[in-house]
Amino acid sequence: MSSVLYDVPGPKARLYSFFGSVAGTLVILGVLAIAVFTLAQQGIFDANRWEIFYGTEAPDVWNLILQGLGATLAAAAVSAVIAFPLGVALCLLRISLVPWIRVPTQVVLEFLRGMPVVLMMFFVLLVFATSQFVAVVAGLVLYNSAIFAEILRAGIQSLPKGQREAGLAIGLQSFQSRMIIELPQAIRRMLPSLVAQLVVLLKDTSLGFIVGYEELLRKIQIMADFLGPNFLFPAFFMGAAIYILINIAVSRLAIAIERRGSKKAAGGVEHATAAGAVPTAK
Amino acid sequence: MDAIFASLPQYWDGFLRTLFLAAVSGIIALVIGTLLAAMRVSPVAALRGFSMFFVEVARNTPLTIIFFFAAIVLPRLGIKFDQFEVAAIIALSGYTSAFVAEAVRSGVNSVPVGQAEAARSIGLTFTQVLGLIILPQALRTVVPPMINIIIALVKNSSVAGAFFVLELFGYGKQLANEYGDKVLWVLVGVAFFYLLITVPLGILAHFVERKVAIAR
Repeated sequence: MSSVLYDVPGPKARLYSFFGSVAGTLVILGVLAIAVFTLAQQGIFDANRWEIFYGTEAPDVWNLILQGLGATLAAAAVSAVIAFPLGVALCLLRISLVPWIRVPTQVVLEFLRGMPVVLMMFFVLLVFATSQFVAVVAGLVLYNSAIFAEILRAGIQSLPKGQREAGLAIGLQSFQSRMIIELPQAIRRMLPSLVAQLVVLLKDTSLGFIVGYEELLRKIQIMADFLGPNFLFPAFFMGAAIYILINIAVSRLAIAIERRGSKKAAGGVEHATAAGAVPTAK
Repeated sequence: MDAIFASLPQYWDGFLRTLFLAAVSGIIALVIGTLLAAMRVSPVAALRGFSMFFVEVARNTPLTIIFFFAAIVLPRLGIKFDQFEVAAIIALSGYTSAFVAEAVRSGVNSVPVGQAEAARSIGLTFTQVLGLIILPQALRTVVPPMINIIIALVKNSSVAGAFFVLELFGYGKQLANEYGDKVLWVLVGVAFFYLLITVPLGILAHFVERKVAIAR
């Protein structure tokens, strides 16, 4: 599509864009050089500051980082495993034919979607006096099950009407038709959105930092406090790098699934995105 | 219940600060995000690459890390702010602009090809095609997802409460300490003020979505 927006650049335009790019790159490199120079003057790049990752303390440091990473992944995995079935259940309630089931569920879903995740974690932590792990998982489950429910609802509603009608016509009950006919197709159709939401869930485990759960970021801070302010930057840099690498890996997985799915789309299962279910910044 | 009414001034102050953070970061993010999207579809490869890199990194970094960087690491590296609000706005607008850019880009892709072809065939340049023909149509279709991004931004601003900014969540933490025995009501109060922003926005998104759907 994007190439439709402009003519193929001629020699003059290519020349301009080449020199512009070179100039822009130089400017960015210049700013980076100034930043690096400032950092270097503060000794950020001195070998002894990065020694924590390969020197004598390295085993302890990596141990701490791995513990934090384990805690992050554990919270994400447990939350995802609980949130998905709960999301399916909420979705079924949300599209129930009985108004006094459907409407209260809608209100609950709106409520859950409108609340900051960190507030829900904090609420569970203080009101139910649970451990930090439970609070983090509860916050993530409450929020993400609501999102999963909305994604699946959009998926079911995007199916051709005939699917449900055919199910009912061969004598399935409403619930059977939902479970056997509609839900499997909806999950398949919405797989890219569901995986994208998993990335969001993984990212949101870092909110555990705020409620005191000892995940990667908190461990990094503990480490920096213990080793002294000189090591804050290296520790932080490593933590951010680990987070970004994992998230990009999962995002790539989502893109790969999307591609694979769209190849199969000819078989009648077509991917659809519902505007309301697009995973947004949260 | 009494705890809520006794601390209404704090709630109100926090509410206004949350609104302020969301409004300022939202406006900055909309501008930067649209620019990033324009760069992403531009003929210059370097601009495309820069935009892709920025969006990919910003989207895949947890907001807490960005806040940590803006509020704790930056000051120690010599970039000091008088108020932590500045750090919060930097973090929130940087993070949100990546999502805005993605939304605008999908909006640009949803404009029929004939529009761009017609614009080019009457001799408009790239900036004219984008600014006069494509973006006005694209921005219209992305209004509902954009509102969802703003809702997420309002909720994300709660992270600022953990980084020394006294917005709704920050006050919530403070009040929860003060009224140790009435934590439930204190936090219900905070939740109420958040819903006061997010639920109307959600209803607006539904409404606009239906309008756009009819217009097509």
